[in-house]
Amino acid sequence: MGQTIIEKIVSRNIGHDVKPGDIVTVNVDRVMIHDIFIPFVADKFEEMGFTRLWNPDKVVLIYDHLVPASQVDDTRHFRAGDAFAEKYGMKNVHRSDGICHQLMTEALYVKPGDIVFGTDSHTTTYGCVGAFSSGIGYTEMASILGTGTMWIKVPETIRVVIEGVLPSNVTSKDIILQLIGDLRADGATYQALEFCGDTIENMSVASRMTIANMAVEAGAKCALFTPDEKTAEYCQIELTDKERSLSGDRDAEYIRTIHYKAEELTPVLACPSQVDHIRPVSELAGTAIDQVFIGSCTNGRLEDLQKAASILKGKKVAPFVKLIVTPASRKIYNQALADGTMEILAEAGAVITHPGCGLCCGRTGGILSDGERVVATNNRNFLGRMGTSKVEIFLASPATAAACAVSGRITVPEL
Amino acid sequence: MGMTIAEKIIARAAGVDTVKAGDIHTVEVDRLLSNDGTTHLTIDMYNSRLKNPHIADADRLVWVVDHNVPADSPKTAASQKKMRDFAKEHGITFYEGKGVCHQIMMENHVRPGELIFGADSHTCAYGALGAFGTGVGCTDYLYAMVTGKSWVLVPETLRFNLTGKLPEGVYARDLILTIIGQIGANGANYKAMEFAGEGLKALNMSDRIAICNLCVEAGAKTALMEVDDTALEYLKAHGREPKACFTSDSDAVFAASYEIDLGSVAPIVAKPHFVDNVCPAKEAAGIKIDEAFLGSCNNGRIEDLRVGAALMKGRKVHPLVRFLVVPASQAVYQEALKEGILQTFMEAGAIVMNPNCSVCWGSCQGVIGEGENLISTGTRNFKGRAGHKDSYVYLASAATVTASAIKGEIATADML
Amino acid sequence: MNETFTGKVWTLDDDIDTDIIIPTEYLALKTVQDMAPYAFSPLRPELAARICPGDIIVAGKNFGCGSSREQAPEIIKALGIKCIIAKSFARIFFRNAINNGLLLIENAELRDSVSEGDMIEVEVNERITHRGNTYPVASLPQNLVDIINAGGLVKAMRHLNGLED
Repeated sequence: MGQTIIEKIVSRNIGHDVKPGDIVTVNVDRVMIHDIFIPFVADKFEEMGFTRLWNPDKVVLIYDHLVPASQVDDTRHFRAGDAFAEKYGMKNVHRSDGICHQLMTEALYVKPGDIVFGTDSHTTTYGCVGAFSSGIGYTEMASILGTGTMWIKVPETIRVVIEGVLPSNVTSKDIILQLIGDLRADGATYQALEFCGDTIENMSVASRMTIANMAVEAGAKCALFTPDEKTAEYCQIELTDKERSLSGDRDAEYIRTIHYKAEELTPVLACPSQVDHIRPVSELAGTAIDQVFIGSCTNGRLEDLQKAASILKGKKVAPFVKLIVTPASRKIYNQALADGTMEILAEAGAVITHPGCGLCCGRTGGILSDGERVVATNNRNFLGRMGTSKVEIFLASPATAAACAVSGRITVPEL
Repeated sequence: MGMTIAEKIIARAAGVDTVKAGDIHTVEVDRLLSNDGTTHLTIDMYNSRLKNPHIADADRLVWVVDHNVPADSPKTAASQKKMRDFAKEHGITFYEGKGVCHQIMMENHVRPGELIFGADSHTCAYGALGAFGTGVGCTDYLYAMVTGKSWVLVPETLRFNLTGKLPEGVYARDLILTIIGQIGANGANYKAMEFAGEGLKALNMSDRIAICNLCVEAGAKTALMEVDDTALEYLKAHGREPKACFTSDSDAVFAASYEIDLGSVAPIVAKPHFVDNVCPAKEAAGIKIDEAFLGSCNNGRIEDLRVGAALMKGRKVHPLVRFLVVPASQAVYQEALKEGILQTFMEAGAIVMNPNCSVCWGSCQGVIGEGENLISTGTRNFKGRAGHKDSYVYLASAATVTASAIKGEIATADML
Repeated sequence: MNETFTGKVWTLDDDIDTDIIIPTEYLALKTVQDMAPYAFSPLRPELAARICPGDIIVAGKNFGCGSSREQAPEIIKALGIKCIIAKSFARIFFRNAINNGLLLIENAELRDSVSEGDMIEVEVNERITHRGNTYPVASLPQNLVDIINAGGLVKAMRHLNGLED
């Protein structure tokens, strides 16, 4: 019987074939903990009675939600993290290098076929390089730190096939938003999403990352892409035959297959306050907005900033409208400085912040007030996520967001 | 009898020939700055306390959102929205996210000879361009906003004659901290601090702004400098003309005069919790730090960033130190970007932020926690100013701050 | 695991996300007790103060969607909620709740017939009774029962490490 990508990864990890519904214990290849949860992980770890990490090199600690600190107790989390890292001999600590999900693949912690867990729901991101990665809570993280293992239920797989050439103003963000709209916010709960088709094959790893990142917004346990030459280049590896074979078999069993024709996709928005409340940008065109946010682990990468810059070049952000740009990592910030992207954004009037979660996690970075509308490239528009419950959050691609910043209104991007 | 610069500006603004220290005069206020620290309170008073709410001349108002940028809570977002909506409705010049208000004022608005009220204590910075800038509260601000006028008590002037040149590796920041240490945190209460002499000529505009800006920390009402070619060139480069250039008359009366030899100044640190609690930087060396801050209206200009970047090049920020680099304005940010300075800091591991008040204001960006030490180019080191009530702020120059960020403890540049 | 209890119902709708359960703004507060008063605040700011120990939340589909913040189930437990009955739960929330010993029950019908303030009876792993009608309750897989029986994942790990409770 054929296997889906997730079935292959789990089977290889435990040494025998699995099928959806099996409950198995896997060996974990890497874990990620971020600043919000490290004090809790540390407490639980010691409460559980562990005295050493199963493998300090496999543990990555990243400060991103609280950088820079905006409340007086925030730095307590850094101190707790530093103390834990020191005590247990962890070397992989990033204190101000960017968002965890960007760094995990960018800093080469994750390879195709790996099994990775993180204390954050958007851990699904690493599926972009063909890894099985998923979010967990801090108690489970503490148990992995001690044991190196984790129980999972092998998920069923939904296959998403996308073929054709995307219109110039449609990006991978529009694809994933459309998919979430079609599946609904719980449409893939407990399941894996597997992406294929020539549109996906022609897509950069960065664009695939956007899709994998938001898979959790449809409830998915993970999202998976077949490793290819682009993956190899991004991960700085030569692909092995095993890694290359991480694709869904022709006779694999899928619970469902969904097809999209790329040419038929259009720029879309997730409207307040549900991620699956999807409408074409054109239907809302003209709606006045107060702020635009370009950033996050969903859409804060170089290609996203470049896309925004191509729209903002030689233009200014609309009067009384704020454009906040938060690159996803230090490396991306530096690349955007080097290639002129930052200069264009700064000249247009963008407020460019240090890489981190920024506004997406709703603690600082451009909080809004009652009655204000924001167009944002991140992954969630939940009620109250960026201020009061009377703030309206629209999720969009970087192209749409940049076009909105120029006009001060919801606008279909032209590229 | 002769007049000081402060007296001449007040006389002009009052429409009289002469004034002397101790007089109270009604003056026309040329410009009125307000920022998001307090503008929402002014607007509340405007809306609720006035019989006939109106603005004398909206063109004189400059409003700047700089303290919490980008907004860090629903509360600050609401007060900024109030300010933005009011500015839009009344046609008030409005900046948001473009930098710290005083730097924006220097780059875009201040003219020699003007009398300027700012709803912020560091408004005295404008003396670097020969303008009488002074900090006021919301009520004074509102009165001037509605009537175009206010009253001022003509201050006595303390005169500082500067001679010589700052040694290599010593900065205007060290000079003004030295002076504050000398005269004390209330040494210039209600008074104007006037700087003159050959030593002043050698200082660039950035140095001069840093000096005037910090005078409020000695209690000064305002700070003033003569307008020379350096000031006029700065003004011209920013597309403005002077209103009037004043110098103190040779027979002007000063409450006291000080001779300061710039050559005798050395790197200095102001220790917690007062700006006048100074000691030679070397004496503070070795104190472990958790955070370093290069920025603020006092020391976030391109010249300061260049000093930091020159030390940073080829080195790394200490792994356990958070080094915040915050250009004072969008113009400074863009210049630093073009010169490769931002890249130098980013590659070294610094946290480069958007232009704003940052941790100098102690909320929003980079606040420090319980028991933590910060070394800062900011304006104040009061208890709790930068975050937790039990935290500690040391003030120093861009060079000392950067060197400390590299070493992980207080250090001067020559210790690298 | 075969306990029976009765509790007062608080009703919530579909897609109650983790940002509603506890906004990120409060996540750096020191303890779960500090955070608990802000539970559900974006949606129903009054709710946290009104919940009494033993009460039951009955919600729509996809309860707990969103982030991995484990404070979400911990806070609900800290408020004294005995169990949550929803049409469905988001995956991470489900795991986090089990690991903290907060009982979750999936039931597709109850939400549409129950009103806030009603009393319901729950027989764990058997059935729910409301106004004389009974609703079946599916039983949990064995590995989850093991974690709950151990008293949560922390206690299970303490046993693994040879420590007492």
